[in-house]
Amino acid sequence: MTKAASWAILLLGLTYFILPLVGMVEFSLSMRRGEYSFDAYAAVLADPQFRETFSYSVVMALLTIVFGILLVVPTAFWVRLKLPRLRPLVEFVTLLPLVIPAIVTVFGYIRLYNTSSWLPLTGTTFGTNLLLMFGYAMLSLPYMYRAVDTGLRTIDVATLTEAAQSLGAGWFTIIAKLILPNVLVAVLSGSFVTFAIVMGEFTMAALLNRPAFGPYLQLMGANKAYEPFALATIAFIITWACMGLIQLVTRFTKHDKAGR
Amino acid sequence: MTDLTSPPPKRRWRPSLTWLGLLPFALFIALFLVMPTMKIVIGAFQRADGSFTFENIAGLFTASILSSYWISIKISVASSAIGCLIGFLMAAGMVLGGLPRGIRSPLMTFSGVASNFAGVPLAFAFLATLGPLGLVTMFLRTEFGINLRAMGFNILSFWGLTITYLFFQIPLMILIITPALDGLKREWREAASCLGASGAQYWRIVALPILFPTILGTFALLFANAFGAVATAIALTGSSLNIVPIMLFAQIRGDVLGNPHLGYAMAFGMILVTGLANVIYIWLRIRSERWLK
Repeated sequence: MTKAASWAILLLGLTYFILPLVGMVEFSLSMRRGEYSFDAYAAVLADPQFRETFSYSVVMALLTIVFGILLVVPTAFWVRLKLPRLRPLVEFVTLLPLVIPAIVTVFGYIRLYNTSSWLPLTGTTFGTNLLLMFGYAMLSLPYMYRAVDTGLRTIDVATLTEAAQSLGAGWFTIIAKLILPNVLVAVLSGSFVTFAIVMGEFTMAALLNRPAFGPYLQLMGANKAYEPFALATIAFIITWACMGLIQLVTRFTKHDKAGR
Repeated sequence: MTDLTSPPPKRRWRPSLTWLGLLPFALFIALFLVMPTMKIVIGAFQRADGSFTFENIAGLFTASILSSYWISIKISVASSAIGCLIGFLMAAGMVLGGLPRGIRSPLMTFSGVASNFAGVPLAFAFLATLGPLGLVTMFLRTEFGINLRAMGFNILSFWGLTITYLFFQIPLMILIITPALDGLKREWREAASCLGASGAQYWRIVALPILFPTILGTFALLFANAFGAVATAIALTGSSLNIVPIMLFAQIRGDVLGNPHLGYAMAFGMILVTGLANVIYIWLRIRSERWLK
């Protein structure tokens, strides 16, 4: 490939990526006729439904992250320490949510956990929230597990565990005070991805009828002119911030390790 | 030596405890991934009373459902083929085309963000750009007198959806193909030119055959990615374009097909298509790793 051709294709590609973002931001600013203003953002922020759905999604994201950490860290640790032969299998299983579309899984949830089933999760608000959180944890599992497993690769799990055990530590102490701090960066980057996924998720929340940010976005898109674009800009900034934080966290630790 | 290798009696009960450590994970997977999926698969072969049947599967072969699968497959093929091509060219330009090194890190970061920027917001971004009142649409009309609408372009259409999907397809291709392009060894190129090969010959006979499994595998992955995308499609087109995920969504919401078990069959069909695409991806991925280690 010649240099000129490389530049041409790169610029063409970048134009394709930048134009929709410019279009989105421009539209979100043009609520007032003839001049740019933040009117659409003001309207969005003043909408009580925005605050409700946004905080609902934030709380759900944080709960999903906590649950994900509690589920993934001990599992990945245990597989590395005691069941290394099962690693390919567990890794394969954690990738399955990428294979099976979310709409299919949530369809299964609705049929499996309806009010007349053996585990009527969709019968109560709390139960449905719980089910949605499990669904989110499922969606973020591939990213969370990979991040933690990569983090565990950098430490000598077996030696650390033996050292802790010979000092009298139990399993809980080992995981909470030894493994978790050592893979904190990995856990953080997994958490940021989870946060971004949950904040933008639409299908599961819509089909389970929960008041999350994604369905609210879609609803606004069908009913309002300028507000949806302000919302989309906000959503993009959240995604961008989450990815930026991952980069930041990774870079900081690299400095940390180089300094030692 | 014998003391170390021969297991003490302790070992007899140890395996059961070891398995116990995976129990929470296994339970979670069983309850929220395997069982819901099995419910769909089994439901696809059941009547309302629970008896076994092929009727639901046969029901898929009606005109409206077949055409929705056909449109879905066409959009997925188009967006992954174009995504692969453009993503490959951009990555090749970045790795081999002599672009400044400084471009690489921002482009990879952006690819990470853009490949995650799907769903409802993405649909809005494209509505604001190529929709009836969008930035590009208006610009073309006022500056050049080009009326996209009159030329037959509509964002709520096959090409509209394809162009929108490219926003996450191209970055995904860049993310996957860049390490593969890095894996092309300089020696291969030198060896080829020593034997008198031109640049085009090197690509045709050496580089592309090595990259081919990765490219084809990524194509399969992008296909599955587009096939399962729901939110973008719904936010963009409402229900004006009958693709499989939108039809299934409507079916789950309110049984639009008049037969609840037809929904199971549609979902089962989706699993089949994305599952097959992913099997192809994994198989080709294993093949390509042989060369690119």
